Amino acid sequence: MPPILEVKELKKNYGDFAAVKGVTFDIQEGEIFSLLGPNGAGKTTTISMLSTLYAPTAGDATITGHSVTRDPMAVRGVIGVVPQDIALYEDLTARENLLFWGQMYGLSGKALASRVDEVLEQIGLTDKAKNRVKTYSGGMKRRVNIGVGLLHKPRVLFMDEPTVGIDPQSRRAILDTVKDLNKKGMTVLYTTHYMEEAQELSDRVGIIDHGELIALGTQQELTRQVGQTETLILHLGENDDPEALAKSLDGVKDVLEAIATDHEVSVIAHEAEDVLAAVVTKANERGIKIHSIDIREPNLEAVFLHLTGRALRD
Amino acid sequence: MLKTFLIGLKDLRLVFRDRAALVFMLLAPFLLTVGMGFVTGRFSGTSASGLSDIPVIIVNLDKAELGDALVDAFNSEDLAELVAPSLSSDPEAARKLIDEDEAAAAVIIPEGFTESVIPAAGTMLDPNAAEADPVSIEVYVNPARPTSAGVIKAIVDEFVSRVDEGRMSGMTSVFQMLMTGIITPQQVESEGRALFEDLETTDSAALKLKTNDEGAQATEFDVLAYMAPGMALLFLMYTVSYGGRSILAERAQGTLPRLLVSPTSPAQILGGKVFGIFLTGVAQVGILILASAMFFGVQWGDPLGMTALILAAVFGATGWGLLITAFARNPNQVSSIGTAIMLIFGVLGGSFINLEVMPPSIQFVSKITPNAWALDGFTTLALGGGLAQLTEPIIALLIMGATLFVVSALIFGKKNLVQK
Repeated sequence: MPPILEVKELKKNYGDFAAVKGVTFDIQEGEIFSLLGPNGAGKTTTISMLSTLYAPTAGDATITGHSVTRDPMAVRGVIGVVPQDIALYEDLTARENLLFWGQMYGLSGKALASRVDEVLEQIGLTDKAKNRVKTYSGGMKRRVNIGVGLLHKPRVLFMDEPTVGIDPQSRRAILDTVKDLNKKGMTVLYTTHYMEEAQELSDRVGIIDHGELIALGTQQELTRQVGQTETLILHLGENDDPEALAKSLDGVKDVLEAIATDHEVSVIAHEAEDVLAAVVTKANERGIKIHSIDIREPNLEAVFLHLTGRALRD
Repeated sequence: MLKTFLIGLKDLRLVFRDRAALVFMLLAPFLLTVGMGFVTGRFSGTSASGLSDIPVIIVNLDKAELGDALVDAFNSEDLAELVAPSLSSDPEAARKLIDEDEAAAAVIIPEGFTESVIPAAGTMLDPNAAEADPVSIEVYVNPARPTSAGVIKAIVDEFVSRVDEGRMSGMTSVFQMLMTGIITPQQVESEGRALFEDLETTDSAALKLKTNDEGAQATEFDVLAYMAPGMALLFLMYTVSYGGRSILAERAQGTLPRLLVSPTSPAQILGGKVFGIFLTGVAQVGILILASAMFFGVQWGDPLGMTALILAAVFGATGWGLLITAFARNPNQVSSIGTAIMLIFGVLGGSFINLEVMPPSIQFVSKITPNAWALDGFTTLALGGGLAQLTEPIIALLIMGATLFVVSALIFGKKNLVQK
């Protein structure tokens, strides 16, 4: 079966700056595909090109067979977009917003009214539908923002960091909504810089950094890249020097790699317990106080760290 | 087309939910109109028009009853404050003075005017008597002083209308008296002349500018009929820049990019935004005009002409709103530039001060403002003009709007609509 979304060497330059440097990937129908990367990695630019907002500098993408460069109007009809920032009319009610956006997607009459009711039910705002959006909490606004993207039952839904800046409860509700939509057959392209969200939702993940897709595959395939290792994360004090500690761990027995990040040192080893004593000794020798230690199983964070030498949140 | 309409309606709804915008669009012009009404004595009855001592040159070549009656009317006590007439015997010299902006208008009463209205002795019942050729009074107006010239023209129109009315009623009365046997055919001549003489003596009284209790067809130039549209047009510039601002505000708040990734073309979106600005402007001016009619009893004149003028004025102003938006980089810039343009156009366009007291150079420059053209039109309407007399301001406003639309569209085309 051909992929529902196919991206080929997509590039976007802003003057001399290359925001996206020729990414290539595809998404199968019914899949949740996450683009994982830190802020400024090129996730939003990629989604903006796929949703036909920006024209690519080079390359192309097809969605349900329609080219984003040659047939953008056809693409717009089959995609739903949930932008990173809330894009609603705050002086309109939730219902009025949904009615207006539904009309922009060609819905009208009874079909529109009943679809708006369905979406309000789906996002849990039926009771508050007559309140103006400006009176809503951040989480409620996010839900309406998602609802707008669902109105016309798109075949592919683009969600650009939909959980940024909201409370844990609303975040949970949004992740559950995404899973629910996917169960009903919707294909989702989800961008995030939260490793946990990508891990929870995704069938496959593309890791993007500095405009390049540096890894692509299922979570198992990706974690396999860092081998059967564990990561020991040392949380240091504000005045301690993580670089110095990381350097001192070079050559220590069983330490595969030590990477200094902001107030932290990540030590990669086959077995964390094997290196724990040596790491604590080295820190004591340099007068570095370790506040706490985490041991992590191989995950996407470790993959990113392994591939870039930086933490995802850097 | 439907989406364009829906976007425009959405914008209209949003404007009417923005209290701050409503204050600027409706309350501020309304209160300013009230304030200026008090300042000019409109509400205290100390002034009927706000205009005074309008210089007018009268050339009476008729030198008969009706010509003299018109001269008397201009020199009557009733018009003493409003007009400052001077007499001349040379039509060409009078026209030249108007061309040199020495007066608002020249009223040239041609030779034979009275004879063309009142039949000569012995000809009233003579079917073979040659009918006098119709002779018209010429009002040579100064285009630089449209309001004052309009007042003079209205006085003359009123005079002619009264004379014609009197002539017809006199003729009818005489023939009715003849048919019913009240007078004999021999008495027709004397009765007819007596009636026309009555007409001459009553003309000056009938030519008073209408007062509120007179209620006849005479013309009154109400100062609020100038000030209310002046204020409405001043704040119309606020409305159109507010509308233009909304284009950039939508870009900043993400709704414009969201529209652009829906199956809606950029032309439909931009068209919808323009339509929204236009609708809002029409609603604003319409509400203000209705309010001034309801609360102050301002007579707006021909409804058809007024509607056409409002639509044209808002179209022209919308063009300016778009041009400001096309040049601005963000919503705040639109607000700043829009406010400056609103005030400049208010002064230049005559919203604050009647353009007639401005130097000719300012009057010339004022033609770039929708305020000046629209005020010219509203004044014409208030003086009893109709759609036919509004051709010039309406065409000028339409050309202004269309030109600015094209220029703005070209600038929008060069700038990416979604660029931040």
